[in-house]
Amino acid sequence: MIKRRSFAGIGVAVALALVAGCTAGAGDETAASGDFSGEVEGAITVLTNRTDLVNTKLSEYARRFEAEHPGTEVTFEAVTNYERDVTTQLGSGDYGDVLLIPNTVAVDQLSQFFAPLGSVDELKATYRFVDEKAYDGKVYGLSPGGVANGFVINKRIWAQAGITAPPTTPEAFLAGLEAIAGKTDAVPYYTNYKDGWPLSMWNNQRAIFADPRITDAFPTDANPWQPGKIQYITDGLLFDIVRAGLSEKDPLTTNWEGAKPMIATGKVATMLLGSWAVPQMRDAATAVKADPGDIAFWPFPFQTGGRFHARIEGDYKAAVSRTSKNKATARAWLDWFVTESGFAADQQAIPPALDQPLPATLQAFTATGVELLEVPEATTNAGKEDEIIKESEIDLKGNIYRQKLVDIARGAAEGDKDSYFAELNKRWGAARSRVMQ
Amino acid sequence: MIGRLRRSPWPYLAPALVLLITFTYVPVGNMVVYSFHKWDGLDPVMDSVGLDNYVRVFTDERYWRVFLISLYYFVASFAQIAIALYFAVVLSFRVRFRNLFKGILFFPYLLNGVAVGFVFLYLFQPDGTLDSVLRLIGLGEHSKLWLGDPDVANISLAGTSIWRFTGLNFVLFLGAIQSIPGEIYEAAEIDGATRWHQFRHIIAPGIRRILSLSFILAISGSLSVFEIPFIMTGGANDTRTFVVQAYETAFQFRQIGLASAMAVVLLLVVLALTWIQRRLLPDDEVTLS
Repeated sequence: MIKRRSFAGIGVAVALALVAGCTAGAGDETAASGDFSGEVEGAITVLTNRTDLVNTKLSEYARRFEAEHPGTEVTFEAVTNYERDVTTQLGSGDYGDVLLIPNTVAVDQLSQFFAPLGSVDELKATYRFVDEKAYDGKVYGLSPGGVANGFVINKRIWAQAGITAPPTTPEAFLAGLEAIAGKTDAVPYYTNYKDGWPLSMWNNQRAIFADPRITDAFPTDANPWQPGKIQYITDGLLFDIVRAGLSEKDPLTTNWEGAKPMIATGKVATMLLGSWAVPQMRDAATAVKADPGDIAFWPFPFQTGGRFHARIEGDYKAAVSRTSKNKATARAWLDWFVTESGFAADQQAIPPALDQPLPATLQAFTATGVELLEVPEATTNAGKEDEIIKESEIDLKGNIYRQKLVDIARGAAEGDKDSYFAELNKRWGAARSRVMQ
Repeated sequence: MIGRLRRSPWPYLAPALVLLITFTYVPVGNMVVYSFHKWDGLDPVMDSVGLDNYVRVFTDERYWRVFLISLYYFVASFAQIAIALYFAVVLSFRVRFRNLFKGILFFPYLLNGVAVGFVFLYLFQPDGTLDSVLRLIGLGEHSKLWLGDPDVANISLAGTSIWRFTGLNFVLFLGAIQSIPGEIYEAAEIDGATRWHQFRHIIAPGIRRILSLSFILAISGSLSVFEIPFIMTGGANDTRTFVVQAYETAFQFRQIGLASAMAVVLLLVVLALTWIQRRLLPDDEVTLS
């Protein structure tokens, strides 16, 4: 009898231990900036998603940092499946000293896991992209480099179709793709449907109206897929491209790695991506002995006030972990890596510091008359859009509903543009009324 | 002392029970608790929502409709069992290259599911292996967008599933058939029984238990198909199964509560179907005499 009771006790103890292990503590942090006092010395661990750079560029930066700050030691931990693995690690409380903020962390949860680096007002005088991982006026992450959004194109193919300057309206853009289909053998537009994430690039075009309040206003709108609104213009263009048969024949078998040499050699004319893709496509061109100069970068075909506007945004933001035992060194590394390491220039990215020059690719882009715009994150409705996304399961920032859109457009699923946009409006509106009440 | 230990089973059972409870029942218990909450998997606070998650699984057609995709795999599992049974019977008699054929049939099951997904992705590409083979034997006009055409995509995926799992059924059947004593066949042959008679009156009743087990596995397997559609299409083009949908709900949309409710529903459905099947096909003792 006694034995039986003690055995049940073991079960309860195990259960309690498991439950307790799942909850991380969260206290109050009232100061705008965390406590970074102390000597810059000792060892820190940095989590990174750049498995390709960890033994080359990154360790080179670490050596330079260690030389400037004697007594420090920077170790990298490369995580292949960054988003998923680090999300799991966050729950355990052990996630290094400096890390990139996984996108699964909602803005109102930032303070549970990361130390605040300073106030938005104070940091925005020096850095771009400070509000992208900020909450309540406090910044939790700095981007090591930013990208612009637009179309990666093969200039030679577009020129063969008679177009040498970026089209200014969606209609002109479609006409351009038609001309490519008519005059060349290239696939006018490549969706990258199978890999999925390239479809999310259609969500990064919010700057086209040049409206700095668009993201704050977004959750207040129950029908974002109405004519004239941002989702109607972007998703609508994708729909029209596929409907007109201007994309690849079987989207289910697309292949991202395979697409790079295809655009480099002119088998594909256009893909919607970010400026980060330009160096990759040029590398692919060099590898297959095509001309890297054929790869160019064009803005989304929409003008406000007679000008193109392209959204720029930071890549993953680097942050100091709340549980770090050596916050002083962690902060020193973060600041040094963002401003002095030269990482942004090496990656052809937009430097986070306002006073550093743009990389060559983007200088050519702005020379065509494009204004680069940061789209400020929502402040009064911070986090609401993410909540509506989860609630409605319309992954604005992902590919699932856009794959369905492509399926409908190519006649592989029931419906048409109007019926699908009406359905999206309905689902979004219903979720919005649950979230915003 | 020794006598007391022998009487009490607990010292022997304890390690196994601790492992079983820690790694099976506590997580399942947690999952059931999550299913009554709204939780993103990170927040220290879980909001209780009562039965809301279950109501959504049953009322929102996007959640229950994905169950219908399982029907493709369910139908395919009959083909799979039939093929496996046919080869198991044929290869249990003396046939030339018997072991070679056994190996060929079992091989796909040894391959990793991810590898299978990739292999078939290339097979089904436009102008891929399958289209080339069809052209070679003069059936070129029947080639389709094997994954791109929504009418065919699920059939292609179910076909992949047959290819992969037939080997497992085959080995189970073969083992069961070979456990039937050889003298029975000899006696049957002396009495003038044909191969069909032998199958009908000796093999089929002899492996009934394994057959019924295979059907249970087929049902639960076709309800919980995951890796083949996940790797080959990512659930796009109407190939989203219930588990792929649950995975997306949990990890893409961070709705752990809702996804847990889906998992609990799946568990209950499988339990219910298994129970019904056991009632319909009672598990008698097999006697061969």
